[in-house]
Amino acid sequence: MTTKTFAPAPGAAPFGRMVRAQARMETRLLLRNGEQLLLAVVIPVLALVGGVVAARQLDLEFDHRAVDVLTPGVLALAVMSTAFTSLAIATGFERRYGLLKRLGASPLPRSGLLAGKIGALLVVEVLQAVVIAAVGFGLGWRPDGGVAGIALAVVGALLGTAAFASLGLALAGVLRAEATLAAANLVYLLLMMGGAVLLPRSSYGGAGAALQVLPSAALGDSLRAALIDGQLALVPLLVLGAWAVAGSVLAARFFRWE
Amino acid sequence: MRYGAKTAVDDLSLTVPRGSITAVLGPNGAGKTTTLETCEGYRRPQAGTVRVLGLDPVRERRELLPRIGVMLQSGGAWSGVRADEMLRHIAALHADPVPVELLVDRLGLDECGRTPYRRLSGGQQQRLALAMAVVGRPELLFVDEPTAGMDPGARRTTWELLNELRDDGATIVLTTHYMDEAERLADLVHVIDRGRLIASGSPFELTRSKGVSTIRLVVTEPFPPTAPESLRAALGGDTEVTPINPQSLLITGPADATTLAKVSAWCEEHGVLPETLSLGQRTLEDVFLQLTGRGLEEEQ
Repeated sequence: MTTKTFAPAPGAAPFGRMVRAQARMETRLLLRNGEQLLLAVVIPVLALVGGVVAARQLDLEFDHRAVDVLTPGVLALAVMSTAFTSLAIATGFERRYGLLKRLGASPLPRSGLLAGKIGALLVVEVLQAVVIAAVGFGLGWRPDGGVAGIALAVVGALLGTAAFASLGLALAGVLRAEATLAAANLVYLLLMMGGAVLLPRSSYGGAGAALQVLPSAALGDSLRAALIDGQLALVPLLVLGAWAVAGSVLAARFFRWE
Repeated sequence: MRYGAKTAVDDLSLTVPRGSITAVLGPNGAGKTTTLETCEGYRRPQAGTVRVLGLDPVRERRELLPRIGVMLQSGGAWSGVRADEMLRHIAALHADPVPVELLVDRLGLDECGRTPYRRLSGGQQQRLALAMAVVGRPELLFVDEPTAGMDPGARRTTWELLNELRDDGATIVLTTHYMDEAERLADLVHVIDRGRLIASGSPFELTRSKGVSTIRLVVTEPFPPTAPESLRAALGGDTEVTPINPQSLLITGPADATTLAKVSAWCEEHGVLPETLSLGQRTLEDVFLQLTGRGLEEEQ
């Protein structure tokens, strides 16, 4: 008796298995990409070390020790780089190479694709946090918020991820892949410099109050409040929530799969 | 199916029998891909009904997708992914996939090694796309121009694989503008042109016509423009003369000694030297040419 190699036996894998496969694949591809690694790890670590050294050399004044102020800001920057810039660029090229179209004909539903993407973002963010925290501790970082502070920081990071990821998807869903690449990097650079993510808004003088509506400042503020003295920063969390809603509406309305 | 003012597929009725290979044959721009993508649920028809495995491809897409395999005409992978990785990923989305190693081996994908998708050759990308369409053991497979850009060896491998799938019980719908592909593979051919069905049947039925054969006349110098008309007049009766290119003509009619003698006499009279004078069955290319007045390889 001959067995039929290609005898039809169609069917989707269980939902959980599909999502895990998708998340694993996206994580692997994110980590393989040199430019993405630069964005995810090298720039934040350089910002942290450079910031702490500069604060020492130049005798910069913060309300707290420089490393305690800068580490939460760098963690916020890392969330922004992965959830916004990396996600937007990767998704833009997924659309360009017809990957989204092809997965659209696979058993993986769109909800599964989104879940896989979120899973990959969270894995990469955890890896970033581990590296940045290790460098921070090496530089003498002492987070003061205790367990409550860490829990609040996680809430801030999750809301920040939702806000930036929805904005990144909206961007990637509208622009061509190359334009997405340029825009996502430019926005990242502008927010890193002028978006009160690395440094507290008080460092921006009179502009500080206006900056609080930016998602970058809101993410930075919430992580600093949580990790410097374990405080719930309600306004920044609300700002992040509002951006997450706005970004999701934009992405749902304008995202094109082909 | 319309795009703006242009109607890509209009009034197209075709059915596909289970367990067969059906080819949708037509020139570039005939509406083949549009037809396929409507069946795959990518496009919603403005009018008419589409049922695939008894399901509405748009409304019941989630139910349909696990049962079909799709080979897109191009793309369909991450730019930085390796061929075997991509195939393994698609396999992981299915309940009972074909072993990945088997497909890698059958389609020669091991030669892709660690090369990222964006640097694979067109033929390698095609073979990967085919493997991705097959790996989920679909009961119905849609393949869009499966061998476009493939070298002859890869084309043969692809044909063998598709034949084996059919023999193992899958139903296959493929689009092609290669008549030899349709002739070699298909149990049923739908010829479409400008979004309309112009002929259907097995390759045998389409190329056979009662008592009628073809004579192909190829000459050394280009024909004068009046040649088809004057040859038809010389042959008389039900004979048809279709120009194929400046140096060859297709004569359809009774292929007997009388016709041959008349063709030779016409050549002598007009001072043309035949390079080839051959008798034979019509090919699908001839059928298409006679139905539309255009060749399959010509753009619309």
